[in-house]
Amino acid sequence: MAVKVGIERVTKQYGGEGDAHFVLALDDVSFALDDGEFVSLLGPSGCGKSTLLHIVAGFEDATQGTVRVNGKPVAGPGADRGMVFQDYALFPWMTVMQNVTFGLRIKNLPQRECERIAREHIALVGLAGFENRFPHQLSGGMRQRSALARSVANNPEVLLMDEPLAAIDALTRNALQEEILKVCDARDGRPRKSVLYVTHSIEEAIFLSDRIVVMTPRPGRILEVVGVPFARPRNDATRLAPEFQQLAGEIWSTLKSHIKPN
Amino acid sequence: MAPVARSGSALRGKLPRAFRLVVLPVIVLVLWEIGARMELFNPIFLPPPSRIFSAAQQLLLSGELFRHFADSLRRIAIANVIAISVAVPLGFFMGLYRPFEEVIDGFLNILRPIPPLAWIPLAILWFGLGEKSVVFITLISAFFAILLNTIAGVRGVDKSLVRAALSLGATRRVLILQVVLPGTLPSLFTGFRIALGVSWMSIVAAELIASSSGLGFMISYYRELLRSDLILVGMLSIGIIGFLMDRGLLWLEQRLLPWRVRLEL
Repeated sequence: MAVKVGIERVTKQYGGEGDAHFVLALDDVSFALDDGEFVSLLGPSGCGKSTLLHIVAGFEDATQGTVRVNGKPVAGPGADRGMVFQDYALFPWMTVMQNVTFGLRIKNLPQRECERIAREHIALVGLAGFENRFPHQLSGGMRQRSALARSVANNPEVLLMDEPLAAIDALTRNALQEEILKVCDARDGRPRKSVLYVTHSIEEAIFLSDRIVVMTPRPGRILEVVGVPFARPRNDATRLAPEFQQLAGEIWSTLKSHIKPN
Repeated sequence: MAPVARSGSALRGKLPRAFRLVVLPVIVLVLWEIGARMELFNPIFLPPPSRIFSAAQQLLLSGELFRHFADSLRRIAIANVIAISVAVPLGFFMGLYRPFEEVIDGFLNILRPIPPLAWIPLAILWFGLGEKSVVFITLISAFFAILLNTIAGVRGVDKSLVRAALSLGATRRVLILQVVLPGTLPSLFTGFRIALGVSWMSIVAAELIASSSGLGFMISYYRELLRSDLILVGMLSIGIIGFLMDRGLLWLEQRLLPWRVRLEL
């Protein structure tokens, strides 16, 4: 399979070596996200998973190493890498429709085409009828659905998600996990999305991913890469399967020794 | 603890809002009136409310109060229009471009602590007594309030929103016009409200010294005539007008930026 995102020997330092506040956030991290693959970066706080995602997004520069998308080195944020944030980052002065059409309008698509694509994606995340609501009129779950629609409607090469469900209540979270898989799946002749997903929940990583990159803190390194063999589409039965629980247990036991009490 | 808090809020719920607002002023006015009638203090220095009320009637009917008010209001309007049209673009660029801010900042930081009233002597030398001097003083006080809030507004735009826009393909132009500008609006409104407040403070002082009309002039004129009732009418007018204008701006903000007000609740 073609490599979508290549992360090549990425190191990120904050502060100079020898400084009191010197942090080695990422230490020589390499892996590749294949086309159409869903990969989670899993680890405790401080393992550099969000930093790595921000480097891929172009919000931060790597101290050393390169990130390539479709072979081209990343030199800043761009529409080829769609981002979903933990705090939704919806424009509060725009309606759901205006939020979702934001990227499409920048591409100078005709108004009617923008609205058609937006409507399709708003419906896909289950928000049909809420097009003219403002973010403050929506629940947290609905806001994240809108943000998801906004990113996917823009049809990026790769979708980056930074703990998108961390602020969502546990019950809604389960429903939204299935929603995310549905939205990223192949449909209408479009291929499956390539997704890089940051989380600190083992179950969430297993439920969503094809592969899980398990990371450890101080310095941020890859501990292991775990393949998730469960068939798609995944649903509640997937979670209840003994293999699911067994895999969760295995990942936990490898991670456990690396989590130090604060 | 909990039941006490609950009964407290229940009590608050039972008192009508209008009653809660007027109860203290009414008590003060009644005691004041009684004190003046019993000559507990000299009514020349502090006339009773009834005298102030009839003085207000007299000033309103003769049109004098309105004339002075219109003069002050016109000066405030001119000063704020100039202040906004200079301070908003300047603040916006200072917020956006660090090097630009660094060049301007040192200069402004020396001017900013100078009280607007300290400019009065120079203003009179430059513009003479009258309209221009008063507008200039008012302008200076409004200018800094608007400038500082504009810069803070640009800086305070949510970083996630900027990142989200860039990841959706926003160019610099789109980012500034569609994200930074609307994100700055709440802070701009705060700046306008503060500017209006300090405008009234400095215009009265400027009119005391450098003008022959306006509410500030009116107050100082009646001091020479020992008419404390008319002075108080002038003072109360400024209080009421200032309050109403602030409420007007707040109302406008809620109409124009409904998303902001709702988020605060």
